[in-house]
Amino acid sequence: MLNISDLYGKVEEKDILKGLSIDVKPGEVHAIMGPNGSGKSTLGNILSGRPGYEATAGSVTFKGQDLLEMGTEERAREGLFLAFQYPVEIPGVSNMEFLKAAVDAKRKHHAQSDLSSVDFLKLARETCKRVDLDASFLKRGVNEGFSGGEKKRNEIMQMMLLEPDLCILDETDSGLDIDALQIVANGVNAMRDGNRSFLVVTHYQRLLDYIIPDYVHVLAGGRIVKSGDKSLALELEAKGYGWLENEVA
Amino acid sequence: MTEQVESLIKKDYAAGFHSAIESETLPPGLDEDVVRFISAKKEEPEWLLEWRLKAFRAWQEMEEPTWAHVHYPEIDFQAVSFYSAPKSMDSKPQSLDEVDPELLATYAKLGIPLHEQEMLAGVAVDAVFDSVSVVTTFRAKLFEAGVIFCPISEAVHKYPELLKKYLGSVVPQKDNYYAALNSAVFSDGSFVYIPKGVRCPMELSTYFRINEMNTGQFERTLIVADEGSYVSYLEGCTAPMRDENQLHAAVVELVALDDAQIKYSTVQNWYPGNAEGKGGIYNFVTKRGIAHTNAKISWTQVETGSAVTWKYPSCILKGDNSVGEFYSVALTNNFQQADTGTKMIHLGKNTRSTIIAKGISAGRSNSSYRGLVRMNPGAEGARNFTQCDSLLIGDRCGAHTFPYIESKNPSAVIEHEATTSKVSDDQLFLCQQRGLDAEKAVSMIVNGFCREVFKELPMEFAVEAGKLLEVSLEGSVG
Repeated sequence: MLNISDLYGKVEEKDILKGLSIDVKPGEVHAIMGPNGSGKSTLGNILSGRPGYEATAGSVTFKGQDLLEMGTEERAREGLFLAFQYPVEIPGVSNMEFLKAAVDAKRKHHAQSDLSSVDFLKLARETCKRVDLDASFLKRGVNEGFSGGEKKRNEIMQMMLLEPDLCILDETDSGLDIDALQIVANGVNAMRDGNRSFLVVTHYQRLLDYIIPDYVHVLAGGRIVKSGDKSLALELEAKGYGWLENEVA
Repeated sequence: MTEQVESLIKKDYAAGFHSAIESETLPPGLDEDVVRFISAKKEEPEWLLEWRLKAFRAWQEMEEPTWAHVHYPEIDFQAVSFYSAPKSMDSKPQSLDEVDPELLATYAKLGIPLHEQEMLAGVAVDAVFDSVSVVTTFRAKLFEAGVIFCPISEAVHKYPELLKKYLGSVVPQKDNYYAALNSAVFSDGSFVYIPKGVRCPMELSTYFRINEMNTGQFERTLIVADEGSYVSYLEGCTAPMRDENQLHAAVVELVALDDAQIKYSTVQNWYPGNAEGKGGIYNFVTKRGIAHTNAKISWTQVETGSAVTWKYPSCILKGDNSVGEFYSVALTNNFQQADTGTKMIHLGKNTRSTIIAKGISAGRSNSSYRGLVRMNPGAEGARNFTQCDSLLIGDRCGAHTFPYIESKNPSAVIEHEATTSKVSDDQLFLCQQRGLDAEKAVSMIVNGFCREVFKELPMEFAVEAGKLLEVSLEGSVG
């Protein structure tokens, strides 16, 4: 699904990623953990093609294609989804209009016809229910006046509607109370189908109680310093990141 | 803003073709003889000729205003031709079948097939091609309701009493430099009269079009809504692409008598000049309405065209409890300049006005809101709410707000809110990450920004306005 090999990347002339490698197979859930400033968010931004984030060396293949050669929207249409840590507001643009445009753009890319407004509305309403959002959120401006938890649930709703092949969750758990966390995690778990892959970027082990990862990687200083299974996350929780940094040094 | 919204603009002006229609055009220049020629050509009565001459003499004494936040080379009025008419209009057509097919093809290209509109849309169109009204559809149906909708040149002959009473009653000849010029040389335009208590059975619509080179267009529109009547009027504008600047100085007068309502909507898409700022229309327009007791006047405008715009649709709230509204979207791109806004003059008791102005600037353009809210001593309990929002796209454009507030009545309430925002990289990235391309994303964000104004437009105009914004923003992200 996703193969990252010896990736170097920078943001505004500052080198952040320094030789990062991960291989994600279809259906796998990989958790990326690490201390603040280790490059966790940079990884998601580089993979999704955010302007200002640049890969300087190494390679990334996504479903057999050279990801770094693809434009931002093309990556999205090919099935790469980034759930934002801080989703922005777009005043006056209804969630519904935004979501339909996104779904239509993807369908067009795959030579499918647009969904009718009626079919889409039905689908969107059902999806709202799955993340416990009232259907009235469809009429509101994108993230406009949403609480932190509503914004995150809105992200998961978008993910469900777009049915991506690879979901990158960028610290989706930050700022969520336990109820919202469970809703988000349930949403993610419901989407695990053996083919869809997840890259769960998080600072805390807490989220991984609900989304059980197949692999846990520790990112420090711009590269993976340790990999393991879910028990690694628990170990990190108990010991903190300090021991790893010492071990590596 | 970063490279994401770096804007250098290339835009195709879809209406920028020129129709090969033989025209009768007066040589450039302006003196009393030109005014007499125009009046004679239209076989006008003596009073109207005198009215024009009075305006012309006043104009000669006046100076071109320079207070607006726009810059352009001085206009040489002696280089402008003040009259142009398609020749085939000499034998005046009585129906669409008799109209020059080339002319109709032009309208079709502009997306306003008259036949179709007549059949399907239920919109009566008075199409002004250069200086002569080509054809007025639906007149019969309107006539049944007692509504008068005809070229102003025709109204002069058929309804002289109404014309004498109301022409210049809202915008006097000497009102301002361009209004005086218009009063002297106005070529044609629309006249609307809605009788007492009548709700106009359809939306009235006029498309103006400047076709001839070096031709100024000076239409004059007069709408009189008699007591308790209602009318919605739509105006759309385009002009061919030319390297030279063309002058457009129109006057619109609205009279809403007691309990009457006039809704006036404009989508203005005059040629804005090319990406280097060459060519384009100079749009110097005076629009004003007077609202009597319990009357209501609404101006809704979407301004995307013209090289220079100077326009302040205004309301004089004369009668008690009268209401004035102004909803505006002004979009400038490339080197366009717009200085636009409104004046709400509160005279009567408990008068109310609402101003929602949205300015969008892209490229190297400048967009200014200029608005006056005046509460006169008699405006007991009057209220105004003003909201001005500016949206910037890129980092080489400007947005300016010039609000003037004068209150001479302590019981009057005036509220003013203003915001400035940018299309942020984060918003764009969110859209692109969801698969939308950058242009679609910008147009969606801008449309969202304009939502409050678009919802005031009649449905078909709202759709057109949205599309127009999309076209006008083409190339504003790269």
